[in-house]
Amino acid sequence: MTMPYYVAPEQVMKDRAEYAQKGIARGRSMVATIYDGGILMVAENPSRSLHKISEIYDRIAFAGVGKYNEFDQLRVAGIRHADTKGFAFSREDVDARSLANLYAQFLGQVFTHEMKPLEVEVLVAELGPGQSRDQLYHIAYEGTITDEDHFAVLGGETETITNRVAAAFVDGWDLDTALRAAVSSLAGPDRTLGAEDLEVAVLARTTGRRAFRRLGVDELAERLAGPRKSGRAAKAAAPPADGDTPAP
Amino acid sequence: MGLPLFPSGDDPGPSFAALLRRTDPTAALLNGNDASSGSLTVRHGTTVVALRYGDGVIMAGDRRATEGHLIAHRAMEKVFPADRHSAVAIAGAAGPAVQMVRLFQTQLEHYEKVEGVALSLEGKANQLGQMVREHLPMAMQGLVVVPLFAGYDLARDMGRIFSYDVTGGHYEEADHAATGSGGRDARTTIKLGWRPGLPRDEAIELAVRALYEAADEDAATGGPDIVRGIFPMVATVTLEGYETVPDTEVAERFGTLLARRTVGGPSA
Repeated sequence: MTMPYYVAPEQVMKDRAEYAQKGIARGRSMVATIYDGGILMVAENPSRSLHKISEIYDRIAFAGVGKYNEFDQLRVAGIRHADTKGFAFSREDVDARSLANLYAQFLGQVFTHEMKPLEVEVLVAELGPGQSRDQLYHIAYEGTITDEDHFAVLGGETETITNRVAAAFVDGWDLDTALRAAVSSLAGPDRTLGAEDLEVAVLARTTGRRAFRRLGVDELAERLAGPRKSGRAAKAAAPPADGDTPAP
Repeated sequence: MGLPLFPSGDDPGPSFAALLRRTDPTAALLNGNDASSGSLTVRHGTTVVALRYGDGVIMAGDRRATEGHLIAHRAMEKVFPADRHSAVAIAGAAGPAVQMVRLFQTQLEHYEKVEGVALSLEGKANQLGQMVREHLPMAMQGLVVVPLFAGYDLARDMGRIFSYDVTGGHYEEADHAATGSGGRDARTTIKLGWRPGLPRDEAIELAVRALYEAADEDAATGGPDIVRGIFPMVATVTLEGYETVPDTEVAERFGTLLARRTVGGPSA
């Protein structure tokens, strides 16, 4: 009679964690931070159509790093959850905390019970009524959920990037400062990232119902170029391109 | 409520209605059940109109809801934004109609978020048609819902209007459309006053006049309520998006209209 090999649970978990970490580290990282007018999300992503950052609900956004098909599945599930909840109850009843908990439960479940853990890390951001009420929930591959205070870094080599962001961070910084700091933190001292290598979106505290807005390549290039241009101020004050329709 | 994940063969895709059928079949309630409404008196919304003008389309609706011969509501809203570049107006049984609008709004936004791009205007019109068709069993029981749909087609740079029948059939209208119990009178008024490329002011005035004429002939359509300050709801959809015309502006248009019409008034 053959006996199955005994493997210590510690070893199993360690192997799985290592596997997931390796998968995540292969992809590129992203940074999210709270600025004076909302929440900024910056991801290194050369693709214009395969998004890492997207809208979930009126004031909730999603960002994922790691394996695209896996976090995209989570993104769609998040939109479905939010829309069904908003339809069954009311738009005000949709919140990021419950969605973040669902993600955490799902990731934890897959990590312990499935053959292969998901190679993803996700962020659920919610714009609060004031800057101190903005929320960033960072959920790791094994379901650990962290409520980040000022900024979150997702992906590989997070430690170095976190240190760089922490060094530059100023509470209540404006969009352009936060954007430039996030981009240089992602790039590091040896590289420069241009507008074409980035995917940037904000949850902006404007009057519209839908707070999510993507920053296009032109706007991004202009904002990254620095404060010397005079045309930039006018553009910054322009209303968001989308999302002013009243709630159903 | 868990995370709504589906096996790949059973995925509802970007359709919110299909998602609801899988997660919470009672929430949609658009298809009829065995309960027959028979002689039940339910709230009915009445007249709505849509017309094209220089910058896009205008949609307007009176504010009255009736239950049989009674006035059930004096300030009901019948014109809604469907999404940023389109509007939907409803006539018929108020309960299912408002529910249909909510489902339609959620559907359009859901699609846009899941797919990353908004549906084409034609696609939106078709979606609404499917919802009206699914409602047919309830329509057969007397709970008829007939919407109007209009929007600004970004691909063609023009406003477009779609009218519907109870079976979900949708027909693109060239210049204007009206539906509801006072729709016939409203349509005639618009037909007489419409010309291509109307400026905004004149178009609003024409829409308001159409509703006034409808209210004059049809008991279920509400006219301007000066005592309570309730005026028809008017909205425009242009390249810039959906916008409600402020009450003060509608009141002003009514003011000129009423002054012209009053017996013994300035131009009588």
